[in-house]
Amino acid sequence: MTALKQTPLYEQHISLGARMVDFAGWDMPVQYEGLIPEHNAVRNAVGMFDVSHMGEFIVEGSQATEFLQYILTNDASRLKIGRSQYSLLCNEHGGIMDDCMLYRLETSKFLLVVNAANSDKDYVWMETNSLQYDVRVSNQTDSYALLAIQGPNSISALGNLSTDNLEHFNRTEIRTIDVSGRTCLVGRTGYTGEDGYEIFCDSDIANELWRSILDQGVIPCGLGSRNTLRLEAGMALHGHEINDTISPVEAGLIGVVSLSKDNFVGKQAIIKILDTGPDKRLMGMVMKDRSVPRDGYVVSTRSGEGLVTSGTFSPTLKNGIAMAFLPSQIQIGDDVSVVIREKHWAAEVVELPFYSKVAKWRAK
Amino acid sequence: MLPSDLKYTREHEWVKIDGTNGLIGITNYAQSELGDVVYVELPVPDSTFAQMDVFGVVESVKAVSDLYMPIGGQIISRNDSLTHNPEKINEDPYGDGWLIKIKLDDNYNADDLLDSNEYETLVNDLHS
Repeated sequence: MTALKQTPLYEQHISLGARMVDFAGWDMPVQYEGLIPEHNAVRNAVGMFDVSHMGEFIVEGSQATEFLQYILTNDASRLKIGRSQYSLLCNEHGGIMDDCMLYRLETSKFLLVVNAANSDKDYVWMETNSLQYDVRVSNQTDSYALLAIQGPNSISALGNLSTDNLEHFNRTEIRTIDVSGRTCLVGRTGYTGEDGYEIFCDSDIANELWRSILDQGVIPCGLGSRNTLRLEAGMALHGHEINDTISPVEAGLIGVVSLSKDNFVGKQAIIKILDTGPDKRLMGMVMKDRSVPRDGYVVSTRSGEGLVTSGTFSPTLKNGIAMAFLPSQIQIGDDVSVVIREKHWAAEVVELPFYSKVAKWRAK
Repeated sequence: MLPSDLKYTREHEWVKIDGTNGLIGITNYAQSELGDVVYVELPVPDSTFAQMDVFGVVESVKAVSDLYMPIGGQIISRNDSLTHNPEKINEDPYGDGWLIKIKLDDNYNADDLLDSNEYETLVNDLHS
């Protein structure tokens, strides 16, 4: 059995008494003080996540944009320097191999951030497909640590730590700034439905950076709260709402697919699904009674069965919530029921997100 | 932390035997593994359960766990305050976080229950 991988911040988590868990082969903190206090800290104050396990690739070369236009679904030509873009890596059948954030650092240089669970596969796929382009894809995962500071007080927290003026550092931008006396690449992006920043720094300074941020009163948060936050924000998690058998059409992500591009992997398959119409769609459900829907639970609807992709008790809404694939005929406002321990529990189909302060900045 | 006047099960319930009555809850280890409790399903008074029957469910944000009778009996009362304050189970699992009060079966069997030392050993082994 291979040992679990550790991020540069592993010792910090142990010394904080974190409960650790195997996530995609990494030994990661699932919680410190507790899921609910950490979740609430991000919603009401500011929390910090170690997400150094995520994959980072540098894509560089005179045909970097052309290559990314081919391999990803979104329109990279519209991405300006210093901006970020949510995108999908699809296979020939239109199935979503991974979702990712693309950042343009220079005219011909990009940072691509992918999920930890898929990072090795993604790298092989991209490298293989890059051969016909003048581009180099390099896997920089081990050289970067990634700290996500999220919550309404993120702005003032980062402001206290940086000698740079953050006034015109807008949402979705990425830039190189000083953080606690160190040069870091920082994006005003996140996965929680709150404002905040994601700080890419050298692995060897990660510990001092983490400590300097905690000294500001920022609460350390684990993967448990990260999951409840992104679920409330209606954000997909690969392996749940999206996987390589689900297309952007079913997943409600056609907004990050640019069909006006000449060609990209999966284009024809996606067009076909759009033409015939998908048989199921990703939707949100809120439980009407005291019950918690969970991943994999069956949903009973008047048009057939559905399946919960992610379910939990929402600490913010204080109610059971879930994202689920439901038959396409089902609409917002419809009544459905979730089968929980062999009983049917009533739920209402709602629009996503359940809760987000940044939804208008998301691609629709 | 482990009260010595209680008996314990491998499923992390505790029972306080008091004459012909019993008080039942889950242990500190159980509440800590579950995380913050959000819902509890408890049985109605007068219903009866045999030892090891599932008598209810305790649910946290990330997990749901069946509750097993440590000992056979009939429900006298249940802790209804947990409906609005389920956090009592986390904060005071051996006190305010009690789950059900039962009238013990006439021929109840406490032989398979663990004492506090045996339960403590069990929990320590789980962590190592």
